[in-house]
Amino acid sequence: MPTEEHVLPETALDVVTPACHEEEYEVVYHKPATMVDVHMHYCPGCAHSLVHKLIMEVVEDMDIQEKTIGIAPVGCSVFAYDYMDIDMQEAAHGRACAVATGIKRLMPDKYVFTYQGDGDLAAIGIAETLHAVNRGENFLIVFMNNAVYGMTSGQMAPTTLPGMHTTTSPDGRDVSYYGAPIKVAELLSNLPGAVYVTRQAVNSANGVRRTKKALMNAFKYQQQYKGTCLVEIIGNCPSNWKMTPAEASRFIDEEMVKTFPLGDIKLPQADNLKTV
Amino acid sequence: MAEYKLMKGNEAMAEAAIQAGCDAYFGYPITPQSEVLEYLAREMPKYNRIVMQAESEVASINMVYGAAGAGFRSMTSSSSPGISLMQEGISYMAGAELPCLIVNVNRAGPGLGTIQPGQGDYFQSVKGGGHGDYKLIVLAPASVQEMADFVFLGFDLADKYRNPVLILSDGAIGQMMEKVQFHPYTRPVVDKSSWATTGKPKTRERNYITSLFIQPERMEVHNLKLEEKFKLIRENEVQFEEYNTSDAEYLFVAYGLSARICQKAMDIVREKGIKIGLFRPITLYPYPYKRLEELAAQVKMMLTVELNSGQMVEDVRLGVNGKVPVEFYGRMGGMMPTPEEIVHHLETLIQYHHAN
Repeated sequence: MPTEEHVLPETALDVVTPACHEEEYEVVYHKPATMVDVHMHYCPGCAHSLVHKLIMEVVEDMDIQEKTIGIAPVGCSVFAYDYMDIDMQEAAHGRACAVATGIKRLMPDKYVFTYQGDGDLAAIGIAETLHAVNRGENFLIVFMNNAVYGMTSGQMAPTTLPGMHTTTSPDGRDVSYYGAPIKVAELLSNLPGAVYVTRQAVNSANGVRRTKKALMNAFKYQQQYKGTCLVEIIGNCPSNWKMTPAEASRFIDEEMVKTFPLGDIKLPQADNLKTV
Repeated sequence: MAEYKLMKGNEAMAEAAIQAGCDAYFGYPITPQSEVLEYLAREMPKYNRIVMQAESEVASINMVYGAAGAGFRSMTSSSSPGISLMQEGISYMAGAELPCLIVNVNRAGPGLGTIQPGQGDYFQSVKGGGHGDYKLIVLAPASVQEMADFVFLGFDLADKYRNPVLILSDGAIGQMMEKVQFHPYTRPVVDKSSWATTGKPKTRERNYITSLFIQPERMEVHNLKLEEKFKLIRENEVQFEEYNTSDAEYLFVAYGLSARICQKAMDIVREKGIKIGLFRPITLYPYPYKRLEELAAQVKMMLTVELNSGQMVEDVRLGVNGKVPVEFYGRMGGMMPTPEEIVHHLETLIQYHHAN
């Protein structure tokens, strides 16, 4: 019979950490208070949970929880409102930018962002996205690009790399049949309504820091500039890429960035400034 | 007493939206209802309201979703092909229990059809329209005055039940000019703070708008909650109008434009000494089944007249439940019957039923 002290926790997450006495330890890191304290449904190594946290850190750092409204997409992050402790709306597949338009036009003083995957934004929702950016809708689009439909378990996306194997491109994406991957950030940066367009990746500590900085910029620019901010984030999808999380992170460096180069694509200009 | 104005149905509806305190209108041009967007594009900015021409009807209804989800009085309008495009968004709004007003200035179909009036969208309007189990409250105006009046009523019902409301009009009522009066209106106070996404203060839990309930047990609970609401609507919101029913031996049943034509047909038939009445459902959902059942005990036959191949007639038969013959006469393709044509059809039917 195992005694009580020998009972193993059900999951690694239940491991009890020793009590922390403030006088002995300095708290150097904590989960943002703007996150709901629940287990997430995401796969191990998935980028969504990390990016959710980065957005909520920005909301906490800027102290704008009361002023922020998010729009969840259809896709793996359809449950984003279960994790982000802010007011949110769940949009139909691809329609997040139209929903965000309705919210922000009525409440121009709020911070509004959409959180969308590549299938949601670049396939079924490309019209809503393109026209929202063209109108210069004053919200932030967080675009998660992992080159695959995650929730429906690994079909080809508009951003799937040439030759990349998915369940619906079993012999690899044939660009002569399906076209080349859509470079969303470059495409939308051509529209005058886009004020800030950047592409980042969250497969390294540096990348995570840069992504958070980009998100922070984008939230601030919403108040400073007229127009739309787009932060494209290259994320891991180890489950559907059939890789370990570490292999998936390397795949971003070795393959994804060839098609989707990282860095700022468009920065706000002085004539984009809002007049007070 | 409010002054009379001479207005197109579409314009009266747009003016009513302003007077009803509509905060936001999102739309897309389509004949025969483009005057709504045009009127509001001109007038709404004067009141600091939001009006926007969206890139599609799909975008329009989702903009309405966003604005309604944030607690604002929101509206869109279109005509049949555009309303088909909105069905996804309407289903999501019904699922997420968002109040809004949608207007369909019905034209003839299917497909691109024609821009002339029709009533072929009856089934789509009253039986759900989009995917899943839901109902819209459906109001059927028969005059320019009702085009205006039902905007106020529609917004109020949408708020009362947290459900989309549809005004099912048609190309003739939308385009024709009649006198219309606007009465003083006081918007009911509705507290939306328990669900509208206006930004989460520290003092409350987060609000989120969704139609997603992934666990079947929770989804069914949500379905049952919606059904409970639709039951309340059926019990409390039925509206209809009757003309000459007290001594009627025969009955026209028609809504909207068809009811207007039947009114004239009724006058002609009455002059011939035949006792006929007219029953006009105003709410197409909830449908006045009960009153039709009562009238079935009194009349010998009902004739349903529609601008379609026979849609509402199925609901008339449900109400009558076989007690008396329920006949149908319809024109399609944007064609409208003359009163004389209806009279002729009625007389033929009376002879047929008398002989049998």
